[in-house]
Amino acid sequence: MVSFQQTIRQLMSKREVMAQFKMHLLVCAGTGCRASQSDEIISNLISEIKNLGLENDAQVVATGCFGFCEKGPIVKIIPDNTFYTQVKPEDCAEIVREHVLKGRKVVRLLYEDPETQKHIEDSKHMGFYQKQLRIALRNCGFIDPENIDEYIARDGYAAIGKMLAEMTPQQAIDEMKKSGLRGRGGGGFPTGIKWEIASKNKADQKYVVCNADEGDPGAFMDRSILEGDPHSIIEAMAICGYCIGASKGLVYIRAEYPLAIKRLQIAIEQARNYGLLGDDIMGTGFSFDVELKYGAGAFVCGEETALIHSMEGHRGEPTVKPPFPAEKGYLGKPTNVNNVETLANVPVIYLKGADWFASIGTEKSKGAKVFALAGKINNVGLIEVPMGITLREIIFEIGGGIKGGKKFKAVQTGGPSGGCLTEKHLDTPIDFDNLLAAGSMMGSGGMIVMDEDDCMVSVAKFYLEFTVEESCGKCAPCRVGNKRLHEMLEKICGGKGTEEDLDYLQNLCKVIKDTSLCGLGQTSPNPVLSTLEHFYDEYVAHVKERVCIAGRCKALKLYTIITDKCTGCTACTRACPVGAITGEKRQPHVIDVDKCIRCGACYDKCKFTAIHVQ
Amino acid sequence: MNKIKSLDDLRKMKQSLEHGMNIREKSNSPESLVQIRVAMATCGIAAGARTVMNALIEKIEKEKIPAVVTQGGCMGYCYAEPTIEVKIPGKDPVVFGNVDSKVAVDIIEKYVLNGELLDGIIPTNYQTINE
Repeated sequence: MVSFQQTIRQLMSKREVMAQFKMHLLVCAGTGCRASQSDEIISNLISEIKNLGLENDAQVVATGCFGFCEKGPIVKIIPDNTFYTQVKPEDCAEIVREHVLKGRKVVRLLYEDPETQKHIEDSKHMGFYQKQLRIALRNCGFIDPENIDEYIARDGYAAIGKMLAEMTPQQAIDEMKKSGLRGRGGGGFPTGIKWEIASKNKADQKYVVCNADEGDPGAFMDRSILEGDPHSIIEAMAICGYCIGASKGLVYIRAEYPLAIKRLQIAIEQARNYGLLGDDIMGTGFSFDVELKYGAGAFVCGEETALIHSMEGHRGEPTVKPPFPAEKGYLGKPTNVNNVETLANVPVIYLKGADWFASIGTEKSKGAKVFALAGKINNVGLIEVPMGITLREIIFEIGGGIKGGKKFKAVQTGGPSGGCLTEKHLDTPIDFDNLLAAGSMMGSGGMIVMDEDDCMVSVAKFYLEFTVEESCGKCAPCRVGNKRLHEMLEKICGGKGTEEDLDYLQNLCKVIKDTSLCGLGQTSPNPVLSTLEHFYDEYVAHVKERVCIAGRCKALKLYTIITDKCTGCTACTRACPVGAITGEKRQPHVIDVDKCIRCGACYDKCKFTAIHVQ
Repeated sequence: MNKIKSLDDLRKMKQSLEHGMNIREKSNSPESLVQIRVAMATCGIAAGARTVMNALIEKIEKEKIPAVVTQGGCMGYCYAEPTIEVKIPGKDPVVFGNVDSKVAVDIIEKYVLNGELLDGIIPTNYQTINE
């Protein structure tokens, strides 16, 4: 058996080798960049470095997500912070020959500012990063998630170590309460209070559950954290276990996140080997271990009670609260469920102190929040910003504005449970309470940006489609009500809606909200209610004038031929699949509105822009 | 593998490991560090820039100086290779020419640590896009 001192010595000798690296090449190995061949980029970089005999000078590190998914795969060169975007495997030789060997940046791969069209030398000068404050994402894109040593080098497991040595569980809970951290999964419930409730319930066995069942369309922060920094979640679960008196942790993760699962498995194995999980952690008598539970990827299983039932092997259906999981959870024992992003904040809070965390953000929402930017925005990606930042800063400064210079229309936050924020909300500081007051919610932090080409009725319909699909079917308001809501929206988009339908829609929304069993049903009408509130004109236009302002709803499009422009070339006549266009050669043609199926084939074919769409 | 048996073990382990991450930690806040850029174009390398860079890194590690050494391309002073540019926070960058490993150590000891100027300074006549 080798002593610990010997290991240290081994590490020290390894350290001499490590110390010689003058350059680190960080390559994103998250799901997004891997889909664009970042694996191959890593192996090409390594082999090219070897070819040039630079293996003692430069180290290639596979990291988690940098967040700038729009321009992936990313290669970041340390120490000069050069940020190469959209790197292809065949670019690797050039990067190594030019940058690593000769210190010349490969300019064509640098990020180009969309506004000034200038190449930006390093990540410190990129608008995308300047306004960010990365707390939960502190290690993503910085360390190798499959190497526990890199996590320990960044103070990993120091928070649990310090806590076990110096704090009682109650002191630790008080510290968490003082920090003001609120659940990042959607509800925004204060984490410290949740822990306190679970700690007060007496039982022979308690459980800590990490909710990694991320299901909002367009949200991918939990996956990125698990892929980029799995140890922080394991450490946070152990901290929570110590606070509430649990010795078992369970991560409920959807099977459709294979890379996150793999990295978690590796991390758990490494932590066990180091004795950071298991019995008698760091000689303090505290024991804790973590196990993975796989879900099939159902949206409703993000709800605590449904999640617990799914873990127990039952159908993923919610039950009435109370009893809350803190009282009767997994296998009937007190259980504390926290979301991935919430947990990722936990170790830093103990390292830097509750006061530090509480100094960031707004009065009632502390710290920073991760948002997944998606939709019609220039910089699609993952960002973390201090609470209280405005929507304008997020969309126009970090996000780089709307794609194609179009006009901003709305942003959907909180996924299928949230609502829309419009232009008038652009300068509202974003936090849990302000979003609720604006008729939306924080949710898990998905932000889908929409421009003038998006029809808000269709957007509401899209989210309803999702909830209809994902409703577990246990209670009637959600199962039947949402189905009816969806039909109603279909009818309106199909040009068959009436003004009475709008009132009916509103009423039905209220009934579903008031009578559904769980959070899914209670929030599912939100996209409809909020679009009704902010874009009532659009609904009215659909039912009254039968016009879709954004031109999205096919059934509401009216195709006519502009007589002055039509040359009678007959191209449209031949393109029309239903023979709705008639006319003599070299004479203006006409479209039979009754026969027209609004396919747009004539519009595409016409060379004289003589087809008018309304 | 060996177990970490106490908080002390963990701390020792961290100390031995953080070294390898140093360069990444430093790159997080380059503006607060002494930034040294070694011109590493073909002529620089031929004149011995790599040895100079190694000497700089070794010296910085030994003295635990808050500095970061990066590679740069050709600065254009081909007659004076190897050249290095030293930027101390809050000061204008200074370029030194004809640097060898001995001069490199001198630059750290005299200029970086004591603010004394040395022979071999090249008056700069360029701007970078970061300015």
